[in-house]
Amino acid sequence: MSSNTITIPALQVHEKPWVDLLHQWVTTVDHKRLGILYIAYALVFLVVGGVEALVIRIQLMHSHNDFVSPQVFNRMFTMHGTTMIFFVAMPILFGFANYLVPLMIGARDMAFPRLNAFSFWLSAFGGLLLYFSFLGGSGLYGAGDAPDVGWWSYAPLAARAFSPGHSSDYWTLSLLASGFGSIGTAINIFATILCLRCPGMKLNRMPLLVWLNLVMAGMVLIAITPLSAAQIMLLIDRYLGGHFFDAQAGGSAVLWMHFFWIFGHPEVYVLIIPCFAFMSEIIPVFSRKPIFGYPVMVAATVCIAFVSLSVWAHHMFTVGMNSYANSFFTITTMAVGIPTGIKIFNWIGTMWGGRIQFKTPMLFSIGFLFQFLIAGLTGIMLACAPFDWQLSLSYFVVAHFHYVIVGGILFALFGAFYYWYPKMTGRMLSERLGKWHFWLFVIGFHLTFDVMHIPGLLGMPRRIYTYEPGRGWDTLNLIVSIGAFIQAIGILVFVWNLINSYFKGAEAGNDPWDAWTLEWSTSSPPPAYNFATVPVVESRRPLWDLKHPEDPDSQYE
Amino acid sequence: MFVLSCLLLPPNALAEHSHSPLTNILSPESTPAKSIFNLSLFVLAITGIIFAVVFTLLVYSISKFRAKSASANSEPAQVYGSTQIELAWTIIPILIVVVLFLATARVLHAVQDAPMPANAVEVTVIGHQFWWEYRYPKLGVVTANELHIPVSDPAHPTPTFLQLLSADTDHSFWIPELAGKTDLIPNHPNRMWMDPQHTGIFLGQCAQYCGTQHAKMLLRVSVDTPEDFTEWVREQRRPAIADERVVAGKRVFETTACINCHSINGTVANGRFGPDLTHLMSRTTIAAGAAGNTPENLRLWIQDPDAIKPGSLMPAMKLSDADLDAVVKYMETLR
Repeated sequence: MSSNTITIPALQVHEKPWVDLLHQWVTTVDHKRLGILYIAYALVFLVVGGVEALVIRIQLMHSHNDFVSPQVFNRMFTMHGTTMIFFVAMPILFGFANYLVPLMIGARDMAFPRLNAFSFWLSAFGGLLLYFSFLGGSGLYGAGDAPDVGWWSYAPLAARAFSPGHSSDYWTLSLLASGFGSIGTAINIFATILCLRCPGMKLNRMPLLVWLNLVMAGMVLIAITPLSAAQIMLLIDRYLGGHFFDAQAGGSAVLWMHFFWIFGHPEVYVLIIPCFAFMSEIIPVFSRKPIFGYPVMVAATVCIAFVSLSVWAHHMFTVGMNSYANSFFTITTMAVGIPTGIKIFNWIGTMWGGRIQFKTPMLFSIGFLFQFLIAGLTGIMLACAPFDWQLSLSYFVVAHFHYVIVGGILFALFGAFYYWYPKMTGRMLSERLGKWHFWLFVIGFHLTFDVMHIPGLLGMPRRIYTYEPGRGWDTLNLIVSIGAFIQAIGILVFVWNLINSYFKGAEAGNDPWDAWTLEWSTSSPPPAYNFATVPVVESRRPLWDLKHPEDPDSQYE
Repeated sequence: MFVLSCLLLPPNALAEHSHSPLTNILSPESTPAKSIFNLSLFVLAITGIIFAVVFTLLVYSISKFRAKSASANSEPAQVYGSTQIELAWTIIPILIVVVLFLATARVLHAVQDAPMPANAVEVTVIGHQFWWEYRYPKLGVVTANELHIPVSDPAHPTPTFLQLLSADTDHSFWIPELAGKTDLIPNHPNRMWMDPQHTGIFLGQCAQYCGTQHAKMLLRVSVDTPEDFTEWVREQRRPAIADERVVAGKRVFETTACINCHSINGTVANGRFGPDLTHLMSRTTIAAGAAGNTPENLRLWIQDPDAIKPGSLMPAMKLSDADLDAVVKYMETLR
């Protein structure tokens, strides 16, 4: 008998469920798994960066405290800033973009799944490289040390004369690596949105979250490249005898500031625009109304993106630019406030006349609106160059940008977690723990960051490891530190909620919030291919059309 | 909550002017700080109004439009937008921005582009890790850490103009009650000015992160009456007093590494890396304000600078007790 089959001898296959699981996650190119990897990785660094913040706050509880040495304190605020911006905020927002964008445009994956995986692992490697500096920062003799030059790494402090050893090289290389990862992800998000929309999903029907992530991706491409270029120039200065930033050899310390902030300010909008995106999805659903002024919201976002590329030197009002340059950056900075204000008004317009349900995602969204309003107004104060000469580099500006990053970005992210966790896991987060988390965090946040403005007005500069008694700063700093610990308790409640609800949370079903965008039309969690049949949409709210065939949106658009 | 927290400001924060040295930007004592303060009141008023309006709208909408259980299952009217309303909340903010910008530009120009009058006192400030060097080129005075300037009579202003330089990393000169801060950047000379209208001590500190001991790079400005200032200049221009009784300490000082970094006018010591010590005893603090200028602190500082200011660039001199005592005795004569 001729044989065209091969008999395979009975192989003994050992079941290795943990190894298989690990293998699946490490080799995955699925946008949902990569999104969750991004988010999980960022949450780990959120805790690490949070512990660094607590070390800073313990040290500053009272004047002349000696909880840590000045060297350790300087490393802590450098690592805290670098970690929170590059290894918490960016990856967590990329994670949500990765997870949500293909689902919301009815696609089966990102445009370049393998680039997606590559970008994630590059960013992850960057984070590990930064933290390896604790061991290898001095070149592997002695105990090592982390970079201590501040997260701006201003020249000439980062030059070899002032930063011997390799600690600031780890900083440079880790940002270079994660920066390339960010560029890869940005290209991917951009291409996905432009090329993979399902039939009927015209640009003016895309959910606002998708629109805003498109703008964010474009800004990443513009903002990260000068940072990467500057990092390479810094390496050339440090190792190949270059003089880009070496003032003694004709280079310019101010040049580094321009490079850093032409990245640094658009970066703020890279972080806040995806948070505007969360707000623009969550507020309508819990107000039971469509977003107010959709085209205006899109226009305002694009406007913010353009104007924010011309405001960077408002970080440099004290550097000694001439009065014309100072005036220019004053008016551009104030101008960004206009489209941002329009957004706040449109969110209020969305809630106006609605039936607002105060579920946890909505609570965090309302917290965002209040806090972002105040952050914007202190931003106007800082935009007035003369006022900035007093406020800049003081604790007032520290309070201002934490109002943006914690009060704005982190609150929006918490809202996003409570809103999309059911989609990602199939389980609801506990509403009871969610409310504990919200109120603890609101109280801790305001105790810390409202009070933190005042030492700035009283002349307390940032980045000091201790201060003199008798300046009126002691009590205020103690209150700020107490608030930080209340926030830390809030974070513990949140982490416990994430873990406990994964196993014991209520079943979510496909559409727990009665929402309107495409991700809620598939199962929770969605299958690897997202949609069994590619959806076809006829309006901005395809699920509203489905649920209200008598009054579909498509009639009005 | 934010508004409430403003009430936590110490009671003297808004007082007319406090004479105990503080670093409060809300009690300005010099024209640049006063112009900024007046601008800040205007900006605070406008932002306060914006806050009140938007805050009210927000509170109203979340309390008025909360879902009631009776209507839980029906959807509200689906409103998509309104061009008139969008226009209104675009144009009003534009007008506010124009007004704010014009007010800002006026102060910006007045402070930054102020011409230097012929009778101004000129001081060159050089930032070092982690102390301040002051040179008065027209008066021939060199000193460190404690700046002396004359009070300025509003009728006949004698402002002080500072030329800001750096010997190493970036620093920032900030005396909150006298003027906003300006950075000291290597190879990028900057300028600022102040015309304090009251005598007294004004404090501040380096505001731009400059390295390990950024925190203890303190500023101390003594605003003197014109007579006191003239007297101070006369004293500072004298060469160091040569006291026969401390010749042993002088010898130790001049035969160790001290002279590599420090100057004492009229002796062989002419280093410029550390503070000029010619009139060390005329200063109330040492180590850029980190400790009071007492014999005990001086002794500790020479013996082990890290005990007062860990990370300071002054090395521990490892002198014998006898040499240490002799040098401290010598320092005490440098009036």
